[in-house]
Amino acid sequence: MFIETEEFAQQLEAMGELEQQTAYAAVGKWFADHADKITHHTHLAPVHTATTMRLGQGEPVITDGPFVEGKEVVSGFAEVEVADLDEALKIARSWPACPIVEIRPAS
Amino acid sequence: MNEPVHGQVSQKVLARVVREHAGRLAASLVSLLGDFAAAEDLVQDAVETALRRWPAEGIPERPDAWLFTVARRRGLDVLRRESNYRAKLAQLTWPAPVPHADRLRLIFTCCHPVLSRTAQIALTLRVVCGLSAAQIAAAFLVPGSSVAQRITRAKRKSGEAGIPYRIPAEEELPQRVEEVLTVIYLLFNEGYLSSTAERAQARDLVDDAEWLAALLANLLPKEPEAAGLLALIRLHRARGAARFDAQDRLVLLADQDRGQWDRQAIEQATALLTRAARTHRRPGPYQLQAAIAACHAEAKTFADTDWAQILVFYDMLLHLAPSPVTRLHRAIALRLAGLHLRAAMIWIKDLARATP
Repeated sequence: MFIETEEFAQQLEAMGELEQQTAYAAVGKWFADHADKITHHTHLAPVHTATTMRLGQGEPVITDGPFVEGKEVVSGFAEVEVADLDEALKIARSWPACPIVEIRPAS
Repeated sequence: MNEPVHGQVSQKVLARVVREHAGRLAASLVSLLGDFAAAEDLVQDAVETALRRWPAEGIPERPDAWLFTVARRRGLDVLRRESNYRAKLAQLTWPAPVPHADRLRLIFTCCHPVLSRTAQIALTLRVVCGLSAAQIAAAFLVPGSSVAQRITRAKRKSGEAGIPYRIPAEEELPQRVEEVLTVIYLLFNEGYLSSTAERAQARDLVDDAEWLAALLANLLPKEPEAAGLLALIRLHRARGAARFDAQDRLVLLADQDRGQWDRQAIEQATALLTRAARTHRRPGPYQLQAAIAACHAEAKTFADTDWAQILVFYDMLLHLAPSPVTRLHRAIALRLAGLHLRAAMIWIKDLARATP
């Protein structure tokens, strides 16, 4: 899971067009480099587009925004097929964009 | 082979025997079952049975075979549902050979960087050194339940998150070795800084730390930092007798009775350090700290301390691993080196005056 921070978003915003292109190219290269391990990946639209629905008793409560208000938000995820955690860590280490990556097994 | 010990078994002997055999049993069971958590449960059970029975019954002639038999019997009971484990366990006979690689795998798994430091320490003590949760809790002055919880969580994480049971690849090795050394070093500090009175009842973590460092140095002959840490621990321990006074108060280095230091241990540890440093020529923080400890240990009196040499080691240490504590120590060394120099100057002047 890729996690963006406020600071990272600001840095990205402040970049010139050329710099931004370089940053995106690095991400593209990362996906290409690990293409044999990546089975699926998704980039989420920015957090201001989020809608949260809380189900429970009675009518669901619908709110504008992500389910946790925070400075760190999930911005996308990639599913990788690896033998163990060490291999996942190795791939994550070379991730060139947002500063936090969370690794979790999936079934 | 161990002599059978009857009657009152001292805590120290008990700790030593358990430490020597529990980790081996864990290593062979993990390899056999391919399941870290299941193997750990069996070993823990065997260790707890031993801790309950050995003090009264005496330590058996073959403690390893005894532990193995308990673990195996227990395994056949507990793992009834896991027909795969049962079949494997039923085939297992003692002595089961434990290759070096298996013990290393065990250590690296317990000290995997994704586990929190406290989890790494608890897991290493329990799986590699064979401490019970209660013993770990006593050593760290925390409730036993929280240690048990910490271990359960760590084991679950290691299983479900996919921490591999293997020796790290060549490119990860330096970083991973450092992680293991940190765990051993923290363990040593924890044991070393508590006074003898406080730990009279508890298992001595310093013994465990030294044993782990020796095991690692032996298993990783190409890593001079493992030998460096072992030398550091042994040098500190060699001065142990003089560290506390009769009232159990800490005695400052300058005031310690150097006659109580273990000269033979100091020489051996220094030789170990020198050999590691010369063979590999890869200095690191532990070798340097050991070198500083050796300078102190070799000085016949406090005034004889070679502060200029110590200062050089502190400079190297600061270069490799800058930290505020090291800076402070360096400043002290600098001041004492200065004093030493000034004392030397006065001595030379006196000498000059006395010489016609």
